[in-house]
Amino acid sequence: MGANAGGAGSNGRLKVAKYWASSCGGCDISLLEIGPHLLELIEAADVVFWPCAADFKYQDVAAYPDGYIDVCLFNGGVRSSEQEEIARLLRRKSKTMVAYGACAIDGGIPALANLSTVDEMKAASYHQSPSTPNEGRVEPALRTETPFGDLELPALYPQVLRLSDVVEVDYLIPGCPPQSHQVWKVLQAVVAGAVPARNDAVAVGCDDKVVCDECPREKRKTRIKEFVRPHLKAPEPDWCLLEQGFVCMGPATRSGCGAPCLKANLGCRGCYTAPAGVSDRGTAMIGAIGSLLDATTEERAQEMVGRIVDPVGTFYRFSLASSMLKGRR
Amino acid sequence: MAEQQVRERTEPAAAPAGWEPRIIAFLCYWCSYTGADNAGTSRLKYPANVDIIRLMCSGRIDPELIMTAFARGADGVMVCGCHIGDCHYLTGNHKTMARMPLVRQVLADLGIERERFVHEWVSAAEGEKFARLVRQVTEQVRSVGPLNWPQRMRERGVGHGMDLKSWGE
Repeated sequence: MGANAGGAGSNGRLKVAKYWASSCGGCDISLLEIGPHLLELIEAADVVFWPCAADFKYQDVAAYPDGYIDVCLFNGGVRSSEQEEIARLLRRKSKTMVAYGACAIDGGIPALANLSTVDEMKAASYHQSPSTPNEGRVEPALRTETPFGDLELPALYPQVLRLSDVVEVDYLIPGCPPQSHQVWKVLQAVVAGAVPARNDAVAVGCDDKVVCDECPREKRKTRIKEFVRPHLKAPEPDWCLLEQGFVCMGPATRSGCGAPCLKANLGCRGCYTAPAGVSDRGTAMIGAIGSLLDATTEERAQEMVGRIVDPVGTFYRFSLASSMLKGRR
Repeated sequence: MAEQQVRERTEPAAAPAGWEPRIIAFLCYWCSYTGADNAGTSRLKYPANVDIIRLMCSGRIDPELIMTAFARGADGVMVCGCHIGDCHYLTGNHKTMARMPLVRQVLADLGIERERFVHEWVSAAEGEKFARLVRQVTEQVRSVGPLNWPQRMRERGVGHGMDLKSWGE
């Protein structure tokens, strides 16, 4: 993967960039998961920026002409001033901006931090954590004076934002991480030169229905008798997990992943984005559960749902930043 | 999140002078809306703080509508439907009944005081109950002050797109 900073399309090959913002790195791994196809990709395209795998600097990107990058795969939400700056820079330099993975699209797991304030998080990380000795009560500061000059750190934002809160996004590739077969399907289109003109955050690399649609388990049209946590009971293999009382985000999650969690006896965690027509995943799930509860009084319903541990963290596990309320007050 | 912690973190800012709570009431067509109508034809007085949205059934009240109301600037939300056993569609309100405890839990976890969300059954004959309920809800929402969700989120850098637009924008 060589640097090709010589000007727009100087060698006629596609220019691809990948960036990580507020994310774990799993999305970068998922790109490697396409395996031997990676060679086909590299044959057709130059990687011009990929902090995880290639040694390009921010200055290199800033030096590219605007619109130099054909496709930018951006994973991670936006939590700091650095991430916003790079998101804006990459948007300017890219013809097509793709929000890659749950975090860039919906905030993902990091957006669960929207349930806490920055001060609460700093207290937990720097002062309350038993494994962090911090007698001087030091906290990261935006600017630190040292004998060698001032050092600066990016500012932490009060909330995790989606990529689309900051820049215009053309496509979404959902998943935590996106499944490799879907990634390759999208990249094939890129390699084939079929990168269509700008779109308004169209989800690709997935289908339009819900996970239940491709789940192999049978719906027996029974109601939920009691919620069970997955470590307390072995589920019956071929029966809908939700009907058995295991929380499963399938009804509120877009299809396309192939339901691998369900095939492994685990309820859907909801990483593929919202199905078409749904804007708040958590309430979609509350709606679905409400229709399935075997309760004839409100007290009984209360008692049953009281067994669901951390409803916000479960129903908005990947989507708090794109929920209606965006986070805690 | 313990109610106490929610309180500590969300200690209401002093309400600006002249502030009036804005409450959205989702009422079902067959019982509760008729009940509200009954309050009107019986010439019962209740505060004008409530904006009524009529739906065919309380089972149609997707919890998303409740979140949307708060996200766009409501200070309180009421959900009313037929009493259990009276649903025009037989079991629509059973679904409402099963959904509301989770809605209440999620709202509490997101820092919205329990005073702001009320779910109550109101029959077509209970105009008096509806008027009393609106009076009570208006007072309890007034006691916790303005919610100001759209402004709050905008201050944190969120607020692009339609989903956090408040009325009149």
